[in-house]
Amino acid sequence: MTADSTSLLFGKLTLEAIPYHEPILVVTFIAVALGGLAVLGALTYFRLWGYLWKEWFTSIDHKKIGIMYIIFAIVMLLRGFADALMMRFQQAIAFNGNEGYFPPHHYDQIFTAHGVIMIFFVAMPFVTGLMNFVVPLQIGARDVSFPFLNNFSFWMTVAGGIIVMISLFVGEFAKTGWLAYPPLSDIAYSPDVGVDYYIWGLQIAGIGTLLSGVNLIATILKMRAPGMSMMKMPVFTWTAFCTNILIVAAFPVLTAVLAMLTLDRYVGTHFFTNTDGGSAMLYVNLIWIWGHPEVYILVLPVFGIFSEIVSTFSAKRLFGYTSMVYATCVITILSYIVWLHHFFTMGSGASVNSFFGITTMIISIPTGAKMFNWLFTMYHGRIKYEVPMLWTIGFMVTFVIGGMTGVLLAVPPADFVLHNSLFLIAHFHNVIIGGVVFGVFAGINFWFPKAFGFKLNAFWGKMSFWFWLIGFYFAFMPLYVLGLMGVTRRMSQFDDPSLQIWFIIAAFGAFLILLGIGSFIIQIAYSIWKREELRDETGDPWNGRTLEWSTSSPPPAYNFAFTPVVHEIDQWWFMKNNGYRRPLSGFIPIHMPKNTGTGVIIGALSVVFGFAMVWHIWWMAIASFVAIAVVTIRHTFNYNRDFYIPAEEVAAVEARRTQMLPAE
Amino acid sequence: MASHADTHAHGDHGHHDDHGSHANHGTFGSYMTGFVLSVILTAIPFWLVMGNVFDDKTVTAVLIMGLGLVQIVVHMIFFLHMDTKSEGGWNMMALLFTVVLVLITLSGSLWVMHNLNSYMMPMTMTPEQAKQLP
Repeated sequence: MTADSTSLLFGKLTLEAIPYHEPILVVTFIAVALGGLAVLGALTYFRLWGYLWKEWFTSIDHKKIGIMYIIFAIVMLLRGFADALMMRFQQAIAFNGNEGYFPPHHYDQIFTAHGVIMIFFVAMPFVTGLMNFVVPLQIGARDVSFPFLNNFSFWMTVAGGIIVMISLFVGEFAKTGWLAYPPLSDIAYSPDVGVDYYIWGLQIAGIGTLLSGVNLIATILKMRAPGMSMMKMPVFTWTAFCTNILIVAAFPVLTAVLAMLTLDRYVGTHFFTNTDGGSAMLYVNLIWIWGHPEVYILVLPVFGIFSEIVSTFSAKRLFGYTSMVYATCVITILSYIVWLHHFFTMGSGASVNSFFGITTMIISIPTGAKMFNWLFTMYHGRIKYEVPMLWTIGFMVTFVIGGMTGVLLAVPPADFVLHNSLFLIAHFHNVIIGGVVFGVFAGINFWFPKAFGFKLNAFWGKMSFWFWLIGFYFAFMPLYVLGLMGVTRRMSQFDDPSLQIWFIIAAFGAFLILLGIGSFIIQIAYSIWKREELRDETGDPWNGRTLEWSTSSPPPAYNFAFTPVVHEIDQWWFMKNNGYRRPLSGFIPIHMPKNTGTGVIIGALSVVFGFAMVWHIWWMAIASFVAIAVVTIRHTFNYNRDFYIPAEEVAAVEARRTQMLPAE
Repeated sequence: MASHADTHAHGDHGHHDDHGSHANHGTFGSYMTGFVLSVILTAIPFWLVMGNVFDDKTVTAVLIMGLGLVQIVVHMIFFLHMDTKSEGGWNMMALLFTVVLVLITLSGSLWVMHNLNSYMMPMTMTPEQAKQLP
């Protein structure tokens, strides 16, 4: 074949793109391939494909989609954490002329991939998964407003994750840092496909995130049980509501910025180039208009999780419900007027910097108010130190430290000293691990019995918690020290041997966190093995307060046989203490949506489309895009999309639940 | 206590939205009002430009921008049926939130970028020289 026809057929893709000359990648590939084959083989051997397809992949049940989001996030956590571990060990040994095991061009990909994966494909699916699972149950709804859209959103998120993962073995990933600042990310300085993988991975996943935001807003506004006014919504639902408003308002900015970067790279426009009137600073400005709300998108739902856990395990109603709601709303608005604190040093004048410095300090006030609300909830409560509560206490201590270093960084003169240093790295890991990750683990331990009908083993849960907590401090406190000494971020090797001891301590911390993640996996496996001993038949293992605990565990497909009528904020607590009896008769058929494979198919086609765009394989891009359009239009003609669960079946399910409950 | 008082039979999935009234769908008259207003608001800018009504072009431009804003409002009221009551007020709330955010984004970006620009060192290189930079 001639060169022309090869590039027509394969675009920029050549055999050279397969990194067989990088031993680390070859070993990784072999391990991934063997592991993948083992999983595929096991699925085939146990004939699970049909089950997975019918019960999970095509499911439009919000509970199953929520669980799938969390499984996806756990898988991606392993990848993102493997990157972190390799970076920590690289930095611990790369002294005195030793270059470590990563050449700089590979190290740059690793830290970019770590950031992108941890934010977009670990933290986001974790919180989206928890919101998906919990919100409809908390508001007494049978599903989200648009059940198919929910499945579609999930598969778009997965498609984005797959595109990022493909970059590991075909071509390379961006070497630009997780926000891909131009001019480095422009075609002139990043002519390879790394940034294209970044762009298409995020754009495709972004569609999913945006649509799931629309879906949950509609759900919370329109599907609440009768009697549940806005000020009677559980706090987690409130924070989920504000989070999704942030998603819908902020993600289009990211989409637009990346679209402009795409145009710069693909068709030679000059939005962000150095020359011809482009301004790279505008990219930094715009991407942080998305980026700062994104921080609160991650942490607000987690504040909601902690609120539910604190009041449940203190057996008290949440202190200051109204102030909690207002604090959440204030954070929602304020999060839009602080973005410049991410680039104080870019060259704005004193007036701009002081404005954004002050707004940043102000936003810590509602967050501080929340902290006091949790403390006052615990005050005089009968606190039970179950695993979710341990994570909550760990969060309160750790997050306050991270918050204080954040306020320190909000002072522009201090930021001039500390910007781009490891101090910043320590700060944001302090709030994201201490806040989001701890919150997600608290939430998983808290709601796991609701999702599967048995509790998670407490011993391994505590092991996981203590390894994570201690490991976190070992890993990141040295970075504060190094940052104060002026060590900058994203370095693959160092000259000054006196710094090495701090990096070794940090690497030890990362090893402890590895044990923490290992304990978490063991906790899940062990709990599945011992599930009969951990079984919870009441559906309310923690003496909960909100409506999700009124259903069986796992909840039936229709969630509630009768839609509850709400009188109180802690409605289930109110019902339990006022002699509530489950209705045992009078069931009527329940209208439900049918499963559909369209989401999986469009997700798969999106992977093909993204891959084709990355490698400039235009025929494949056009074909997959047309296919997406055809499948979408065909789906709109699918009128066979609902069914009724007959009343007898509802009665049978509810009767089984009656048998499981202790006789009164 | 009676249990059935606390539950509420709802056969239809996804339809228990008893909160607030739905958006109205307009009448022939309201659509005609909107259409006529839009035509008038479009015709005036054409007349301003084609008839050279003002000598100062800035006045024309400002007027056209203003008429455009009025037309946005006309479209929202007569074609998108925005009012303070539809969907229990949430439509109006969402609109206000969006307007506030767009204002923050635009004015903030303009302020930041203008500020950056005024603190930039004057550029002595030609674009050709800049392209040759390593």
